Amino acid sequence: MGKHWLFLISLAVVGAGIALLPLPFSSPRPAEKTIRVEASQYAFTPGEIRVNPGDRVTLELVSTDVVHGLYIDAYDLSVQADPGEKASLNFTADRRGAFRIRCNVTCGAMHPFMIGRLYVGPNTMLYRTAGLTVLAAFALLVVSRNSHLQRESGR
Amino acid sequence: MELSRYPLIKGVLKSRWPQWAFFAVLLAMFLFAIFAGIGGTPVGNHNFGIVFVWIAWWAILILVAVPLFGRGWCAVCPIPVPGEWLQRGAVLDPPPINKQGSKGRWLNLRWPNKLRNIWLQNTSFLLVALFSSVILTTPLVTAIVLAAMLFLAVGMSLVFERRSFCRYLCPVGGFIGLYAQAAPLELRTKDKSVCVRCEGKPCYNGSQAGYGCPWQVFPGGLTKNTYCGLCMECLRTCPHDNIAINIRPFSADLSKPSARLDEAYKAFIMLGSAIIYAAVLLGPWGSLKSAAYQVGSAAWLIYTTVFLAVILLALPGAFWLMVRSSSYLSHLRQKSQSIVRRNTSPRSDFSRLATALIPLGLAFWTAFSLSFVLTNGSYILMTLSDPLGWGWNIFGTAQTAWQPVLTFILAPLQSLVLVGGFAWSARTAQKNAAEIALSPAPVIGFCLGVTLLMLWLLL
Repeated sequence: MGKHWLFLISLAVVGAGIALLPLPFSSPRPAEKTIRVEASQYAFTPGEIRVNPGDRVTLELVSTDVVHGLYIDAYDLSVQADPGEKASLNFTADRRGAFRIRCNVTCGAMHPFMIGRLYVGPNTMLYRTAGLTVLAAFALLVVSRNSHLQRESGR
Repeated sequence: MELSRYPLIKGVLKSRWPQWAFFAVLLAMFLFAIFAGIGGTPVGNHNFGIVFVWIAWWAILILVAVPLFGRGWCAVCPIPVPGEWLQRGAVLDPPPINKQGSKGRWLNLRWPNKLRNIWLQNTSFLLVALFSSVILTTPLVTAIVLAAMLFLAVGMSLVFERRSFCRYLCPVGGFIGLYAQAAPLELRTKDKSVCVRCEGKPCYNGSQAGYGCPWQVFPGGLTKNTYCGLCMECLRTCPHDNIAINIRPFSADLSKPSARLDEAYKAFIMLGSAIIYAAVLLGPWGSLKSAAYQVGSAAWLIYTTVFLAVILLALPGAFWLMVRSSSYLSHLRQKSQSIVRRNTSPRSDFSRLATALIPLGLAFWTAFSLSFVLTNGSYILMTLSDPLGWGWNIFGTAQTAWQPVLTFILAPLQSLVLVGGFAWSARTAQKNAAEIALSPAPVIGFCLGVTLLMLWLLL
C-alpha cells in the first residue's frame, strides 16, 4: 500500500512537472519580421511560418490565382488579397504556441482545408502532451508488471 | 443501471411513433440533401448537402451519438427506411399475419454465408475514404453517394432478408458497430434462461407485436453492441418482458475481445484513415491535398496506393510485429518461470489485441473532427437560411460571416482527447494481453507511436 501511494504521488509530481515547468528553450529578443506568403489553390507557401514570441510580424499575402484570405486561429486576425495583389497583416506575436492559418474566402472546392501553420516560439503544447503520453505509457507498464508479479506470487 | 425499468422511457422506446417521427424528419432531410447536391449551388460550404451532412451530421455522430449511444444513430437512420417499409409492406405495426406469416415480402433471400462478415463494409468504407476529398467538398458527388446508398439499401431490402444492407454493406454502420463497443449504453436480455425456454423466439422471428430482429441478431445471445442496431423491435416483441436497455461503464465490451480478422481490420482502417485525413485535410501540405482531390491523376493514383498500403499493410504489419514481440517476451518469461501459456493462434492474438485500438481510433476521430467542426460550424447558420445557395434568407442568418469558434481551446481539447484515448487503449491492451498471458508492452508501444504521430499532426 505504501509503495502504491509513493508511485502515485511520484507520478503526479512528474506529470505536474511536465505540464507546468518552464521548458529549456532560449527566448530570442523580439524583432521586426516580414514574411511573404503566397496563396494558391489550396495551399499557403510557406505552409509553416515560424516567429519568436514578441516579434512584430508583417505577413504579406500574395494570391497567385483566385481571391484568397488568411485567418489566424486564436489571434482572430485576417486579411484578403486579390489575384496578383499584395495585402499586409501586421500583428505582435504575443500568444505563444502553434496556430492554424486558414483561407477565409471561398476559393474553390477544397477551400475549407486550405490550411497552414504559424508557430510562435516552440510548440510547447506538443512537447508537454507528448511527455504526458509517454508518462502514461510508463505508468501503465509499471502497473501491468506489478499486477503480473502479484498474479505469479498468488499461484 | 436498467433504463427501461422506468415506465416513461420504456413507453417511449416501445411506441413506434417517436422513432417514426425521427425517420420522417431525417428522411426528408436526407432527400433534401440529395436534391441540394443536384440542384443547389456547387459551392460546397454554401450547400445544405455538404454542410448538413459532413459538418452537422458528422459532428453529432462522432462527437455525441457514437461515444454516448453507440448504435443510437442506426436506430433512427433514414437510409434503410424506404426499403424496410417496402419489404414489410407496412410503415408502422406489422400487417395481420397471412399465409406469408411474419416473413418478409419480395425475394427475402438469405444473405450468403461467405459474406456474413464485415469485409464488404471494410471495402465500402475504403472506397468512400479514397474519394473523400471530392465527396466532402463537391455537392453533386455527395448527392450521388447518398442516392447510391439509398438505392442500394432499397434494392437489398427487396432481394435479401431483413436489414442486410445495414448489417453487411453500409460503410458507416461498420465503424459505428466497432465504436459502439465503447459506448455506455447497451441492449441485453435480463435473464438468458428465459430466452432458452421461450417458444417461437418472437424477438428473432417476429410476431403480431413487432418484427423479427432486422439486424439478424438473436437477443438471447447478445454479448456485445457490435451488431445490435438498437431498433427496439425485440423490446416490442418479447412476451416475457426480458429485454433491458442498460447504462453501463464505458468500454464494457472491450474486455470481451473479438478474434475475428474482419473486425480487427476495421480497427486498422479507422485508425489509419484518421491519421491520413489529419495529414491531408488539416496539414499544411498543399501537394497532398491536390493529390487527394485530383481523382484519376497520377498523383491521386500514388496517393491511393500509399493510402491503401498504410492502412492495409503498414499499420497491421507493424502491429503484427508487436504482437509477435509480445508472444516472444511472454515465451521468455514463461520459460524462466515454468508457466504454461493458454494455447492461442498468432492470428487470434492479433485480432484480440487489436481491440485495444478501438478507444484510440475513437479518440483520433474525435480530435480530428473537433478541428473542422469548431472551425466550420458557422456555415450551418448560413446554410440554414439559404440551403441551396439561391440567395434566400429564410431565418435571417444567410449573411452570417464565416467565424471559427473556440479555436483557443482546440489544441488543449485535442491533447486531452488523444492522451485520454491512449490511456484507455493502453489499459485495454493491458487487460486483454493478460487474458492470454501475453506481454502488453509492445502493443502499448504501438499505441504510443501512433498517438505521438497524431499529436504531431494535430497540434
